[in-house]
Amino acid sequence: MDMRTMTALELGRKIRAGECTAVDAVNASLGQISALEQELNCYVTVEPEKAIERAEEVQKKIEAGELTGPLAGVPVAIKDNMCTTGTLTSCSSKILSNFVPTYTATAVKRLEDAGAVILGKTNMDEFAMGSTTETSYYGATKNPWNLDRVPGGSSGGSAAAVAAGECFYALGSDTGGSIRQPASFCGVTGMKPTYGTVSRYGLIAYGSSLDQIGPIARDVSDCAAILETIVAHDIKDSTSVDVAETDYTSALVDDVAGMRIGIPRDYLGDGLDPEVKAAVLAAADELAKKGANVEEFDLNLVEYAIPAYYIIASAEASSNLSRFDGVKYGFRVPEFDGLHDMYKKTRSKGFGAEVKRRIMLGSFVLSSGYYDAYYVKALKVKALIKQAFDRAFEQYDVILGPTAPTTALKLGDNLSDPIRMYLGDIYTVSVNLAGLPGISVPCGCSAEGLPIGVQLIGDSFQEKKIIRAAYAYEKTRTWGQPELAEGRHSK
Amino acid sequence: MRISDETIDYVGILAKLDLDEQEKEQAKTDMGNMLDYIDKLNELDTDGVEAMSHVSPIHNVFREDIVEERTLDDRKKILQNAPKQKDGCFVVPKTVE
Amino acid sequence: MSKQYETVIGLEVHVELASKTKIFCGCSTEFGGEPNTHTCPVCTGMPGSLPVLNKQVVEYAIAVGLATNCTITQNCKFDRKNYFYPDNPQNYQISQLYYPICRNGGIEIETGGIKKTIGIHEIHMEEDAGKLVHDPWEDCTLVDFNRSGVPLIEIVSEPDMRSAEEVIAYLEKLRLIIQYLGASDCKLNEGSMRADVNLSVREMGAAEFGTRTEMKNLNSFKAIARAIDGERKRQIELLEMGKSVIQETRRWDDNKEYSYAMRSKEDAQDYRYFPEPDLVPIIISDEWLERVRAAQPELRDEKKIRYKAEYDIPDYDIDIITGSKHLADLFEDTIACGSDPKEVSNWLMGETMKLVKEKEIEPEDITFSPENLAKLIALIKEGSINRSVAKDVFQRIFESDIDPESYVEEHGLKTVNDEGALRTAIEAVVAANPQSVEDYKGGKTKAMGFLVGQTMKAMQGKADPGMVNRILKEILEQA
Repeated sequence: MDMRTMTALELGRKIRAGECTAVDAVNASLGQISALEQELNCYVTVEPEKAIERAEEVQKKIEAGELTGPLAGVPVAIKDNMCTTGTLTSCSSKILSNFVPTYTATAVKRLEDAGAVILGKTNMDEFAMGSTTETSYYGATKNPWNLDRVPGGSSGGSAAAVAAGECFYALGSDTGGSIRQPASFCGVTGMKPTYGTVSRYGLIAYGSSLDQIGPIARDVSDCAAILETIVAHDIKDSTSVDVAETDYTSALVDDVAGMRIGIPRDYLGDGLDPEVKAAVLAAADELAKKGANVEEFDLNLVEYAIPAYYIIASAEASSNLSRFDGVKYGFRVPEFDGLHDMYKKTRSKGFGAEVKRRIMLGSFVLSSGYYDAYYVKALKVKALIKQAFDRAFEQYDVILGPTAPTTALKLGDNLSDPIRMYLGDIYTVSVNLAGLPGISVPCGCSAEGLPIGVQLIGDSFQEKKIIRAAYAYEKTRTWGQPELAEGRHSK
Repeated sequence: MRISDETIDYVGILAKLDLDEQEKEQAKTDMGNMLDYIDKLNELDTDGVEAMSHVSPIHNVFREDIVEERTLDDRKKILQNAPKQKDGCFVVPKTVE
Repeated sequence: MSKQYETVIGLEVHVELASKTKIFCGCSTEFGGEPNTHTCPVCTGMPGSLPVLNKQVVEYAIAVGLATNCTITQNCKFDRKNYFYPDNPQNYQISQLYYPICRNGGIEIETGGIKKTIGIHEIHMEEDAGKLVHDPWEDCTLVDFNRSGVPLIEIVSEPDMRSAEEVIAYLEKLRLIIQYLGASDCKLNEGSMRADVNLSVREMGAAEFGTRTEMKNLNSFKAIARAIDGERKRQIELLEMGKSVIQETRRWDDNKEYSYAMRSKEDAQDYRYFPEPDLVPIIISDEWLERVRAAQPELRDEKKIRYKAEYDIPDYDIDIITGSKHLADLFEDTIACGSDPKEVSNWLMGETMKLVKEKEIEPEDITFSPENLAKLIALIKEGSINRSVAKDVFQRIFESDIDPESYVEEHGLKTVNDEGALRTAIEAVVAANPQSVEDYKGGKTKAMGFLVGQTMKAMQGKADPGMVNRILKEILEQA
């Protein structure tokens, strides 16, 4: 058996059955890392010794019957914006390039308690600002399906690592599509839960009202199991919700008969790559064949989501990132003339171009005289977008559409044109604005061999509905076991 | 929207960012383009719509007023990442003239 | 000065709340402690940390709002105020701008016999900043976050005050209300109550307000009065010279009696407030409001009426005693130990206030316990000590809260009631002062006082004065 192609749940079962050990598993991942990492750059930090030591400890606990969960002993990669005690947590930024937290994010802690073996921290767009993982201080991550392409972002390192077998699953964070879009570009499954489902404690904030942690994995079952593990009502996060039904794996049922699925016509219009459109509609057909009632409808307001999102996210970011000032942690320039000069030089040298661009925009839209025109306007548009989704969910159980308008872009293509890059988030950001759950599931490949993802969106706290639809669709896929992408150059 | 040098300088003071001339020009262009794009929102009539700051349905999340004891070891952790520390404090350039 | 000017003053009063823990984390609010030992990731702005609101802070804020006749905002939220400064670990302060917890209140003050209501524009909750200490050796600043996140309420008045007297009356009234509620100890000198003064002047009769300045760093009532006077003069001088007042924040230097502009080109004063996304809205139900209202302790005005009815002590005394929550507590607690109310009132009004003045402290800083005052009063009542010994013992109680019973015992201060011993002492005094005896017999009754004094001196003050008088008279009659 090639352990590397197993899903997290399959591997967990084998470990529990004694067919392999947690140490074998971690070695498989580490082997894949040493083979591919130089080309792919999925990780900011890999800690082989720590991981092996941890695997040995977990293996003992499994054998002693102390760890019995489905993810015990399975190696995982964590996006580098989640705090991990004793391990560099950089947000892929120079300004945090020496920051070693003394506390662990609640979501990561939940995984550790379930016996996860952490391999390391994955690369990302700096402070999660970007859709390509090219804005990282540690260099771009490459798409394992095609090394000339981006893996998407901002959780590009996590998605690429899963696709390439450099881990069995990963945690990502999603502020405007940062789990779903890279999952789509890398041919893996990624899920953003309803806002408030997974604790944000220890997640270094980008846009606090939009950020959610979620799983990136090989299939829907893994995502459900991971979410079931990390979900928590956390008293350290005031926005954390005490969710009633968290038995997500119980929704892994191959039955969508009678399920009402709506496809927003607005998601199929201008700017959508024809190959992506065809694959997404084919996925909808599969669900219809299984008895779902699929129809198109007008969601409206789609084109307003991106400007509203960029105002809100940038404004929150400008405030969230003001704590990085060279006083308490992180990078401080060696030479400066007084306090304010230290602030300015530290921040100007510590942040990359995209982060500075968003901090400038965010500071401007909040500044005196512009707050109502921009920020309040955006919050009103957010309210309208939420209302549009509320109306849609009166009609449908699940909304289906593309995750991204295209397949993975060429490296460097978008850096020069920010607005073009932002437009790539058109199908994902409104889900964050409305706080809804969404999942991206692979639904085919382009002629160039690049993965395509279909996105399923649910109403608040209706994760089980999208898991069920995603699982049922996954069962119809003809290419079977997800293959490993091992870093190929396009010809 | 044309962004003036004054605006860029002013935002730089707010955001504590020091842009060089090239970055400043780029920022003027980028911010101007972005604000033009954002102006799209004005197509929407939002009169009477209540601004939605919080999407989540929850409210009244509180802590009880119970002290959690801290130790010198906790202080060590707090200061562990400090670029400069002295006498149990963070050190910054002097704040008063 | 040819024109007549009116001073217009509004206050922003910051009050540190009495909760045991900080507003957004479980760190202690206790004063002192080694630097940064009352800190955690939340109150030092560590990445990924999140605030969780202390319920007690909301309860105190509601209580103060109700007691100052405010409307409570039943759907209130926190906002972020953004500015860079090293005492502010996140470089934003969590505060309230758009939906402050209390609005539209007011309290009545009285100056020179005239009553007036000072409006309260709003009260909002916020977090305090850390402390910056200059390090002269390295010429740098040290940052201590022990105070960072200590809960504050900011009480913003309307510009309703016209003189330093009104300002001080308003502050006194506010302080008493908050002390009575137990929401803060409101000590100006320790910074648990801080007032910023917004002041403008205008020509008498003008309809529009003048340009105002904001003065900070005022840590006593005296400093506030001086600062108001100084700033009023400065502004009038500017206007008289045809210059205009600049709207700015100024720092009062009480030694130099002058305020200085706190201007900086790095300081844009554009706080970019927006709703705090890390905290959820606070919805205050009618039931919750009622609960706080019902739990409200007796405030000063109610106490005054009750003291009059229950204890029948003079209005003036009632005014002084209730003028400090601590004094009123001492009064009631001493009575609860069994002492006579009038006697307690006399001790508080007399010796206690005398020592408070002598030692230049506030009544709030009195440290003796009601039990020891009650014991002292009992010792007098049972005749164990006389009043002049009692005054000396009281001074020790006031200073060190000693137990008067054992103190009197240890120092042999009990009144001598042994008639034989007294008689011997008096006979010796009479024998030693023949001239005084002559004078007494010659009708100079003053001489009696001298002989009593001599006897008390011989008895080291421990004699019962009544008994001394009686025996002395007897002996003199016989001589």
